[in-house]
Amino acid sequence: MALLQIEKMTHEFGGLRAVQDYELEMEAGQVRGLIGPNGAGKTTIFDLITGIHKPTKGKIIFDGKDVVGLQPHQIASMGLGRTFQNLRLWRHMTALEHVKMACYSKITYGLVEAFLGSSRRSREEAEIEKKAYGLLNLVGVGHMAEQIALNLPYGGQRRVEMARALATDPKILLLDEPTAGMNPEELVQMMEIIRRVHEELGLAIFLIEHRLRVVMELCEIIQTLEFGEVIAEGTAEEIQNNPRVIDAYLGRESVA
Amino acid sequence: MRPFMNIIRKWFSQVPTMSLLFGALVAVLLERGLGDPLAEILGLPKVPVLFGFVTMLKKPMLIPSTILYVFLVFVGPISVVAGLSASIANRLLDKLLNFPMLFSVIIHLGLLYAILHLWSEASAYRLLMLKLTLIAIMVTLSLNVINGYMGEFSCSHPGFMALGAYATSVMTVFLFAKDRLFGPPILPPVLGPFMFPFALFVGGMVAALGAVFIAIPSFRTRGDYLAIISLAFMFIVKSLIENLEVVGGPRGLSSQPDYANLPTVFLWTVACVWIINNFVRSILGKALNAVRDDETAADAMTVDTRRTKIVAFMFAAFWAGVAGGLFAHVLRYVNPGTFGIQKLAEVLAMVYFGGLNSVYGSIVGAVSISVLGEALRPLEIYKWIIIPLLLILVMIFRPTGLIAFKAFNVRGLISPKHKPLGDI
Repeated sequence: MALLQIEKMTHEFGGLRAVQDYELEMEAGQVRGLIGPNGAGKTTIFDLITGIHKPTKGKIIFDGKDVVGLQPHQIASMGLGRTFQNLRLWRHMTALEHVKMACYSKITYGLVEAFLGSSRRSREEAEIEKKAYGLLNLVGVGHMAEQIALNLPYGGQRRVEMARALATDPKILLLDEPTAGMNPEELVQMMEIIRRVHEELGLAIFLIEHRLRVVMELCEIIQTLEFGEVIAEGTAEEIQNNPRVIDAYLGRESVA
Repeated sequence: MRPFMNIIRKWFSQVPTMSLLFGALVAVLLERGLGDPLAEILGLPKVPVLFGFVTMLKKPMLIPSTILYVFLVFVGPISVVAGLSASIANRLLDKLLNFPMLFSVIIHLGLLYAILHLWSEASAYRLLMLKLTLIAIMVTLSLNVINGYMGEFSCSHPGFMALGAYATSVMTVFLFAKDRLFGPPILPPVLGPFMFPFALFVGGMVAALGAVFIAIPSFRTRGDYLAIISLAFMFIVKSLIENLEVVGGPRGLSSQPDYANLPTVFLWTVACVWIINNFVRSILGKALNAVRDDETAADAMTVDTRRTKIVAFMFAAFWAGVAGGLFAHVLRYVNPGTFGIQKLAEVLAMVYFGGLNSVYGSIVGAVSISVLGEALRPLEIYKWIIIPLLLILVMIFRPTGLIAFKAFNVRGLISPKHKPLGDI
C-alpha cells in the first residue's frame, strides 16, 4: 500500500466546491508536483491532508492509518511536515528557536520537569539544539541561527521554514510554493536544497508550484488541477503536451 | 553630558550585582543606626519612609533636606560601597564559579532578603508595602504568562486571586483559627504554620480549576471575545462569593492567622519567579509564543495547541491563586469587593507598563506601579491623573512596555563583571 493514499476527497466551503474527488497515491521517496492556475484548490488540498480543514467526503490514509478528523499536530507528528505559501514564521523567535519548536512532539520530559528544570530537560533540549543546528546548516542558514527569523532576507526565511518543517521528522514533506517571490539566483539555490533534502534524508516530497521550470525539473509525476479537479497526471513531458493543461494555463483558442 | 554618562556606564559595567547588594546592605544598616539623628539634624519630622516621596509632596519646604537625606543614606553609600567592593566581589564570584550555580544564587538571595528585612523593620508601613509589592510581582508575572507570552487578553486574574484567597482562607480559618463563622479551630493551631504552604497550594489549585472555564472557550475563540468571556468570569466569581453567606458574603472573611510573614512571602515570590522563568524558557513554554505568533503554524509543527493553552491558563491561575492566598493572609481580611475591576486595572497596568513577554518587565512593572501608587498618595485624586498619564506615555514611546521581550538571565545577573577588553 502506498505511503499516502487519498480516495475521493471532496471539500466544500459553504456552497463552493473547492476540491472534488481528489485521488492520490504516493510512495515513499517519491517527488510529486501539483500545479494549476490561481484558485484551483492546491493549497486547500494541503490543508486537507494536514488536518487544518476536514474534508467533506473521502478518505486520507497515511502510513496505514486514517487521518481524517485528527488534529493537525497529531497528523504532523505522524510524519507529514509542511511549509506554508505565506511563510507563517513566528514573529519574536530566532531561527534556532523555530527549529527547536518543531521538535515539540519529541519531548519526553513532563511539565513538572519544565517548571523545575530537571537534568533530563537540559539534556533533551541540548540534543534538540544540536539537531536544530544540523538542520539549519543543511539548508545553509546555520550562521544566522541566533537572529530573529523575520529579520533574515526573504530567501533565508524560506530556508528557516524548510528547516522547521524538517525538524518534525517528516516522511512526506509538503512544500507550498517554496520558490514564491524568489529571484532567479535564490530559485536555483532553493531547488538545490530541495534536491539535497530528498537525497540526504530520503524524504518523499509533494510540491505545489507556479513556476513550471521547478516542477518539470524536480518532479517524477505531476498532477494538474483546475477548479478543484485533477485534469491531468503524468510525467513532465506528458503534462507539457497535454492539450487540457495548455488550455488551463494559456486559455482556449477562441473559435473565430 | 554624554562623556559624563559614559563614565558612569563604564564604571557600572565593572560592578557586579553582588557589590550593589553590599552597598544596599550598608545603606539600610546606616539608616538603622543613624537614620533618626540624621533626620533630626536635617529638620525632618521623622525618617522618610518611602525615599521621601511622601514628605516632599506634603511639605515642599522639606524637599532639599529630604533629597540630602536620601543622598546621604542611600545613593551615596550604595555607589561608594558598590564601587569599592567591586573588585573583592568579582574575585569572590570568580571563586563561586567553581561551585554549582545554585550556591551563588542562594548567596545573592540571602543578601537581598537581608536588605529587605532590615529596610522593612523600620516601620509597619514599609513591611506591609513590601509584602504587597512582592505579591504584586507574582500576580503580574502570572498574568504576563497569559497576556504577554501567550498573547491572549485575559481579564480574569482578579477572579483567580479571589478563588485562591478564599480557598486558602477558608482552610486556615476553619482548621486553625477561632472565628464567628466557623467556630473554634479543628486542629491545634500549632500545626498551622506547617500547613500554610499546603493551604496556599490548595488555593492555587482551586484557581487553576477555575481557569479551565476560560481555557476551554479559548480553544475556539481569541482576542476581544476571549477578553469578554474572561471579564465575565471575573464578575461571576465576585458575585458568587458575595452571595455565599457561608464565607461571609459581601462583608468578607477575617481572622486569618498571621502566617504570611516576610520570609514566607519572599520565598513564595522567589519560587514563583524561578518556576515561571524556567517554564517560559523551555520548549514547552516557548510553545506559548508559537501559539501567540501563529497558531496554525504551531499546530502544523506538532505543537499541541490545546494542551499549551490549558497549561498556560491553569499555570498562570495557580500563581494568581497563591498570590491571592498570601494577599488574604497579609491583610488578614478579605472581601469580594477587593477583586473587582479596579484590581484588574491595576494588574493590567503593571503588566503593560513593565513589558510583555518578560520576567524583568513584570518585576519592574509591579514594583514601579506599587511604589508610585504609594508615593503619590498625598496628591490624592491627582494620583489617578498622573499614573494613567505615565502609562499613556509609555505606550506611546514603548508600545510593548518598558522592558519587553527580554529573557531573564540569572547566570548573567550573578556572574562577575571584569574590566571590558579595550575601551568602548
